[in-house]
Order: sequence, then structure tokens, then C-alpha cells
Amino acid sequence: MSRRVFVARDAGAIAVGADRVAVAIHDAAERAALDVDIVRTGSRGLYWLEPMVEVETQNGRVAYGPIRPEDVCGLFACGFLDGERHMRALGPTDSIPWLKRQTRLTFARCGIIDPLSLDDYRAHHGYEGFARALTLKPQEIVDEVAGSGLRGRGGAGFPTGIKWRTAAEAKGSTKYIVCNADEGDSGTFADRMLMEGDPFLLIEGMTIAGLATGATKGVIYCRSEYPHAIATMNAAIATARAANLLGTRIADSNRDFDIALRVGAGSYVCGEETALLESLEGKRGQVRAKPPLPAHAGLFAKPTVVNNVLTFAAAAWVLAEGAEAYKALGYGRSRGTMPIQLAGNLKHPGLFEAPFGMALGELIDDVGGGTASGRPVRAVQAGGPLGAYFPRALFDMPYDYEAYTANDGLIGHGGLVAFDDTVDMARQARFAMEFCALESCGKCTPCRIGSIRGVEVVDRIVAGIDREANAELLKELCETLKFGSLCALGGFTPYPVMSALTHFPEDFGLAREMAEV
Amino acid sequence: MAHRSEWNEDDAKAVIAACKDDGLLVVLNALNDQFGFVHKDAVGLAARALNLSRAEVHGVASFYHDFRERPPGRHVLKLCGAEACQSMGGDAIASHATRELGIEFGETTADAAVTLERVYCLGLCACAPAALLDGAPVGRLDANAVSTLIAEARK
Repeated sequence: MSRRVFVARDAGAIAVGADRVAVAIHDAAERAALDVDIVRTGSRGLYWLEPMVEVETQNGRVAYGPIRPEDVCGLFACGFLDGERHMRALGPTDSIPWLKRQTRLTFARCGIIDPLSLDDYRAHHGYEGFARALTLKPQEIVDEVAGSGLRGRGGAGFPTGIKWRTAAEAKGSTKYIVCNADEGDSGTFADRMLMEGDPFLLIEGMTIAGLATGATKGVIYCRSEYPHAIATMNAAIATARAANLLGTRIADSNRDFDIALRVGAGSYVCGEETALLESLEGKRGQVRAKPPLPAHAGLFAKPTVVNNVLTFAAAAWVLAEGAEAYKALGYGRSRGTMPIQLAGNLKHPGLFEAPFGMALGELIDDVGGGTASGRPVRAVQAGGPLGAYFPRALFDMPYDYEAYTANDGLIGHGGLVAFDDTVDMARQARFAMEFCALESCGKCTPCRIGSIRGVEVVDRIVAGIDREANAELLKELCETLKFGSLCALGGFTPYPVMSALTHFPEDFGLAREMAEV
Repeated sequence: MAHRSEWNEDDAKAVIAACKDDGLLVVLNALNDQFGFVHKDAVGLAARALNLSRAEVHGVASFYHDFRERPPGRHVLKLCGAEACQSMGGDAIASHATRELGIEFGETTADAAVTLERVYCLGLCACAPAALLDGAPVGRLDANAVSTLIAEARK
């Protein structure tokens, strides 16, 4: 009987040697004339244990990691195919505490199934949400999503049900479902993991959105930095099309829906929904003023739903399991779960899906295990390059859209990047301005020029030139960016800058009280 | 990047014709993939095929970081410079790479072996610092690993 061994094909796992490990397992099995079937899955998201190898035993899957190619002979020698002990044995995968304490809804299948096997997907509750949606009226699908309390996972946190309703009610012969897979925020990788590990879930979620709004065309805008996600998504789209789950009269219904994948070209601002639409239309990725909302006039001026990968994925879960089950989880107005991405200087970085509400300190010190460098955690940047740097003093803050906003920050797309005490926060503030200058689309003057002036002002503060006056100037400049920019790039760059100045004034050579806002 | 070919106007026309219905972004990506850069003559060809002005095509081609104006070296090393990689010593890795190669970001070595590029996030933030060498992801980089990558690319 063939023995099944699982090694991730996720780009993060490949980056640390998963392909070489898979080859080593294949070669060792061949030498020993053992019938081993190597299944390349998505990642479980326990990146410090990648490359992780799992084996299917009579008692379920057993994990080993991190495994180097040179460890493979030893694995065979100790009998890992029967789940035997080894110095890198992690025990039954489901019992690994880091996985066990998660609530995996969106990532329920990731790391378990063969991402490109439609049979695997179906065997693990795939296409159940779609099957139910087919039995509902469009209005009922929208009500279900609205009732779940799901908010946009890309960063803005806008209620998904309202967005879908607006597009559903908009008049138009052609409507679009656009998936924002331009995951540019540093510290985030959930979209990539999902597209590489469970691509049919995104297809299912987008198809449901099509049924809800009357849209027949879907477009995934994926960033060029994700070659593996692009390849997996394209293969999954082709498979879904061959199985009549995309195309005309899908699943023998009277509905049409198809998806095309488009690749970006290295522009961060194209993650902003209107810039993304411009880019899809073949133009410079310049932000549009709203109104009109994309739901009224989006791609090619047609009614368009633009949602993030994780939003579509969560919507598919909501349709399968019901709005109430989703809404029952969460904190305050943040309902359901969030795939939180623990990144940067952490001992245990990875993807941790949990209901909203966990304290920042618990996520960083406990789940994340503190820093990889072994030094104290000094700051955590939440929500990417436009997110605030939080000090330890705010570690009791619950993971919640409103709580983060109240502390002049944002959850964004769910990334948390930890820094140890060697970080220079003035340098981080300078980088935030520099990044804004580099990525500004140029439409709004405060963003285009203010960011360049911002770099200069930070430099003057650090150089000790009129420190207090320049700190005041920096605050004023941030106000101008915040209120004078059309989109989040100029509007939120003040978050990392001001949080660095407010919480870590000593790094700018300022006394604490000088930095008080 | 073995499939990349030398700039050639006839090939460029074929590339453009094959995907012009999908719009300018797709066309420019196809040209950039095929030749490694968007040749200045390709701007005019794309403009003609898509019924746009040269200025419009130039505007789009110059907006996106991916579209190069000059051919890259045989290998392209993209080092991540975003915050998650910074937190794990990415800046030191970057200085090491520029020193070892003797070039700045955006430049190509004199032997045309390596082009060094800066990217902001590869989604490999849980195995930082990270890079892409000719599209292959590499994580948990340190100075030695960068030197090894460079040595391999220079072979």
C-alpha cells in the first residue's frame, strides 16, 4: 500500500527548502523500494517549523519539522512512515498547541488538502457554500453575508453585505467581481497562502458573489511578487472551468460566471481599490475620487464588487455554515475570525486564525513566542507600512477594528511585525515617509510632495536641527497628509510616523513631553 | 529566466498581437517577461496596436516598478526591503549584497551576470529576510546565504 507523505508547496516553505526535502524523500523512498506518495499541500502556517513533513498514519497525520534534506535518511531510519519518534517529531499535527488553539474557518483546509485536487476540496466541505447559494435568491445570499457581520479583510473593514447589496441593486447589463490579491503590506501573507493552499475556496467565494450580485465576470488582480500563487490560481481556474464550475451555465444552473487572473507590475498603490481598477483597465495605477463608488461605477465604469481574497473566502464559509455561526465569534463589531499574520522578529512566526478580541501582547509574546533574536520586543507594527507602531504599553489592546482605530492605528490586512530593542524608531518613521514617496501615485500633492518633505524633516530632527520646531512641523505635515489625500497611502502614512514619534520620542532625540500630541 | 530572449521587433509585434485584447498592462507584462525589459521601440509598437498615444503607453510603462527600461543581467536578485525583513536584519543583508556585487539597487554587474533589485514585500515575512532569485523564493537569509546566492548566479 502506498504511504502518503505531505510536504508544503507554499512559497514560504519552498523558500526554506521544501522542494529539496521533497526530492530527498522521493529519492530515499526509491532507494529503499518503498511506495511513497508525496502530496504537495499548502502550508499549515507554522513557518518556523517549515519545511514540515507530515505522514498519514492509522492514527491520523503526524508531523516532523523543521526538516533539512540531510535529515531525511534519519527519518526513514527511525520509521517515520509509521509515525515513529525522531528528534524532530512534533506528534499528531492536530495536537500541536499552536494549531490546536486556533479557530480555522478560512484556513480550515490549508495545509491539509492537495490544493489542485477538486476531489480533495469537495471531500473537505468544498463547494457546500456554493451549492447552498444556488438554492437561494440573490437577495437571500446578500442577507446571509450581511447577517454574518463580515467586514472587508483587505484593511478598510467595510461591511461586505452592504457592498454586495449596493452592487446587486446597481443597474447594469455587465457587472464585475474583482478580487484584490495585491497583498502589498509588509508582514502579510495570508492571501498568498490561501491562493497557494486552497485556491478553489477563492473561486467559490467569488462565484457566490457573482450569484448574489448578478455579476458574470470575475477578475483576480494578483501581485507579480507572487509567482507561485499565480501559477496555482491559474491551474485551479482551468480545473474549475473543465468541471463546469466556471463558464456558462455553471454546475448545470442557468447562471454564468467566469474568472480571469491579471498580474500586477510591482506597484503598492494598486492595492487601493480604485487604483487597482485603473491598473486593470491598462492605465497608470492612479487613485480615483469617490463617488462614484466602484459598486456603482467600477471596472470599465460597470457596477463592481472589489473584495480581498480573505473576504471572498470567509463569505464562502458563511454560506456553507450560516451567518449565525460566523457572527457568534468575535469581539464588539468585529465579527468572525481573522487570519492574523505573525511576522518579522518572532520566534514562532506564521498564520494564526482566531476570533477577534485577543490581546496584542498575547499574540506577540505568547503565540509568537517573543523575538527570534531573544531580545525584548520593543514595538509591533500592525497592519502593514501604513499601520502604527505600538509599544508594549498597549499590549492589552484587544484585536478589534475599533480598538486599533481608537489607538491611532489599524488592523489593516491582519499583519503584525515585531521588532526587538535594537530598532531605531526614527529610522522606521523615515522609512514610512520614504515608502510613501516611492509608491505615491502622484495624484494628491500632500502624498506626492509631502512625503518627500517628510523624509527631510525627520532627517533634520535626527540631526538635531531645530528639533522641537521640526517635530511640530512633522505633526502638521502629517495632518496635511491625513486630511489632504484621497486614499489610504497618503492618508495613513501618518500612522507609522506619528506613532513612532509619540510612543518613542527618545529615538528622535526628543523628551517625552515634547512629543505629546 | 531561461526563456527570455533578445530584443527583436518582429517577436515584439507577435507578443503584442497575442495579448492586445487584454489591455496595456497585460501587453507590457508580456513584453517585460519576454525580453526582460520594455524596449523604447516597444512603446510605439504597443501604442499603434492598442490605438493609444506613445505618451500614454510611456506613462503606464514608467509608472510600474516592474517594467525595466534596460535589459537586466542573466540573473535577477530581488531583495526585500520592507519592514518584516528590516526587523530581521534586512538592511545589513542589503548592504552586504551591494558591497559583494559592487553595484547599487537597480544596477547590473559589469559582467552582466546579476541585476540587483529592491522589492517591498514578497509575502515571505514569516521567514525573513527574504529574496527572489529568478523567481525562486529564498528565506531566512544571512550574509553567507547571500554570498552563496551571488556565487551561484555568477557561475
